[in-house]
Amino acid sequence: MKDAAPQPHAFKQLNVALAGNPNAGKTTLFNALTGLNQKVANYPGVTVERKHGVWSVGEKEIKLIDLPGLYSLEATSLDEQIASDVLLGKIDGTPKPDAVIAVVDATNLERNLYLVTQLFEYGIPVVVALTMIDVFERQKHEIDIASLSRLLKVPVVAVNAADGRGAEELESRVEEVIGQVQTTPLEIDADAGENAKIFARYSFISDAVQRSVKHNDKSAHDMSEKIDKLLTHRFFGLAILVGVLLLVFQSIFSWAEVPMHLLEQVFGAIGDGLRSAMPEGILADLLVDGIIAGVGGVLVFLPQILLLFLFVSLLEDSGYMARAAFLMDKLMSRVGLHGKAFLPLMSSFACAIPGIMATRTIENQRDRFATILIAPFMSCSARLPVYTLMIGAFFAGQTVFGFISLGALLMLAMYSIGIAAAIIVAFILKHTILKSPPPPFVMELPPYRVPNLRTVVQNMITRAWLFVKRAGTVILAISIILWALAYFPRTGSSPSASEPTAAEAVQMQNSYAGQLGHLIEPVIQPLGFDWKIGVALIASFAAREVLVSTLSIIYNVGKDENEESTTLIAAIRDAKDSAGKPVWTPLTALTLMVFFVLAMQCMSTLAVVRRETNSWRWPLFMLGYMTCLAYLGAFLTYQGGKLVGLQ
Amino acid sequence: MTKRTSTKLSELEIGKEANVVAVHGQSAVSKRLMEMGVVPGVAVRVVKSAPFGDPIEIRIRGYKLAVRKNEAQSVEVAY
Repeated sequence: MKDAAPQPHAFKQLNVALAGNPNAGKTTLFNALTGLNQKVANYPGVTVERKHGVWSVGEKEIKLIDLPGLYSLEATSLDEQIASDVLLGKIDGTPKPDAVIAVVDATNLERNLYLVTQLFEYGIPVVVALTMIDVFERQKHEIDIASLSRLLKVPVVAVNAADGRGAEELESRVEEVIGQVQTTPLEIDADAGENAKIFARYSFISDAVQRSVKHNDKSAHDMSEKIDKLLTHRFFGLAILVGVLLLVFQSIFSWAEVPMHLLEQVFGAIGDGLRSAMPEGILADLLVDGIIAGVGGVLVFLPQILLLFLFVSLLEDSGYMARAAFLMDKLMSRVGLHGKAFLPLMSSFACAIPGIMATRTIENQRDRFATILIAPFMSCSARLPVYTLMIGAFFAGQTVFGFISLGALLMLAMYSIGIAAAIIVAFILKHTILKSPPPPFVMELPPYRVPNLRTVVQNMITRAWLFVKRAGTVILAISIILWALAYFPRTGSSPSASEPTAAEAVQMQNSYAGQLGHLIEPVIQPLGFDWKIGVALIASFAAREVLVSTLSIIYNVGKDENEESTTLIAAIRDAKDSAGKPVWTPLTALTLMVFFVLAMQCMSTLAVVRRETNSWRWPLFMLGYMTCLAYLGAFLTYQGGKLVGLQ
Repeated sequence: MTKRTSTKLSELEIGKEANVVAVHGQSAVSKRLMEMGVVPGVAVRVVKSAPFGDPIEIRIRGYKLAVRKNEAQSVEVAY
């Protein structure tokens, strides 16, 4: 049959798709075959990831496309719809595959073969790659690969996904089937109902497996079951989950500090170096305060993203993530969220950016978007400087009942307000714009496995790079705009050398940012804020912690003061309005803190939401509703506080 | 022939082995359950329930699946 016609594919670039169940070792195999030669992007118009790479075999190069992990091709989820469209050649820029490699987990043969029986119906030649054969044999099961191949009527090749063993045979089998029209060995009545079809597929599979596999029943209750006894235990399971979360938390909260500080210092040094090497003027200011600071502001998130994704990959690939979702689903489902939303939300306490990126493990799009929309309510580390400054200035050293620190109590209150807001908003979202029938929580609990190091590292690098590439450009652009708002128009008077901080303060007042502060003053007056706080609010849209440096500039104490600076604290306490009354009271401080809990003041988060939802609609909606909520919350705090006589 | 007891998967005792008799309903959930291998005739066992009572973990076709109790209601089993 092969020599009946000149091989039509001899000069053609071959496109081969990789399809398989989640946890079947598909990504590991894809990485082994393509090495670092791969690209990740989104399919046009949707957030499903399109991963493709080049598989080099000798001199030949095959274009390999990694379909999303699937249980079925019946299009109940977006992933399944996209995969089906790729196989039908319906997606722009993604040619119809010449062959499909079906990745099948030998240890979970029946369910994995279900997808294969569906693949048969696309007419594209199928080659089955059998993974996990080593685990399978260690459990003392036996499989007759030739018999399975005969029954399925397609080539079956055993491969080792981790090191690519069997890849050559896989390639030659793929070459053999190119150009054939795949037929299905099943006899399914085309008029049968959906359920009857599923039943027919599984009947065929059960028969084929029974005839080619000898299962060793003794090993059925394997290691995984023993580990699960502990990890999903009523009490210990929850305790271990808390421990795991603490570890993840600790890493992104404090371990990431070291490289983050280092990055900040490096960018500071680059800025200083440039500043002294260049003539003074707008170009130097743009380069140092706009661009270098903006790039630094992007890269400073990298340590947190890398660390979180290290953990997410480890937890996901080891099989633990599914257990965490299993443990927490009951609580999460009360507000209409999926058990898998738990970890991204927890991570958001450190930083919403890696948290939002981690929502990719949630398959259902509406659930995922709802999780993304509430993630920024978790009080992130960037809010801490604001809380610290306010507590340091107005509530330091005070106690409640003589022994509870008022500061600690306020801190706890801020975290609680954020969590409460998240719960309420999630509930509302799931009953309005993101309303959907409760998504099936039919979730596989995959066997525990030692994660593949290569896959983990590759996943980390891919995420980090996507963040830099997509979010980075947006963050940089907004940084420059915000810089320009504070820089222009220039104040005429030349800065006096003796009082550079005073000149900075005057510049800030007269800049567009200062003018904007005056402009919004009537709006924020009911919150007890004056225009100076308004300027700081506008500037802290770039990032929450910028509030501290902006206040330092405005109050004339120099922009390098930090949140524990006594001069800044004194300046805030002493600030008087035109009538001589203090601008700041403890109530103002409290109001500002409430505002910061609820407001969306982080352009980096918005940029990431834009990338993760693939539209500006969601980040703008997020900015809008969170700002309204923050205003409302601050208004109620201030006016309510005044009513009950707080100062 | 011994008489078999029929019940819902959501009410099956933990540790007890049973066979699926039918998956009722036409919802996305029942279809997904069938696609995951929960079809009439197959053996199923409830391994445990999560700490807060829901979801439950079942073992089927040699692998483990977590389902919420209200989803497991549509599965009729017999032992």
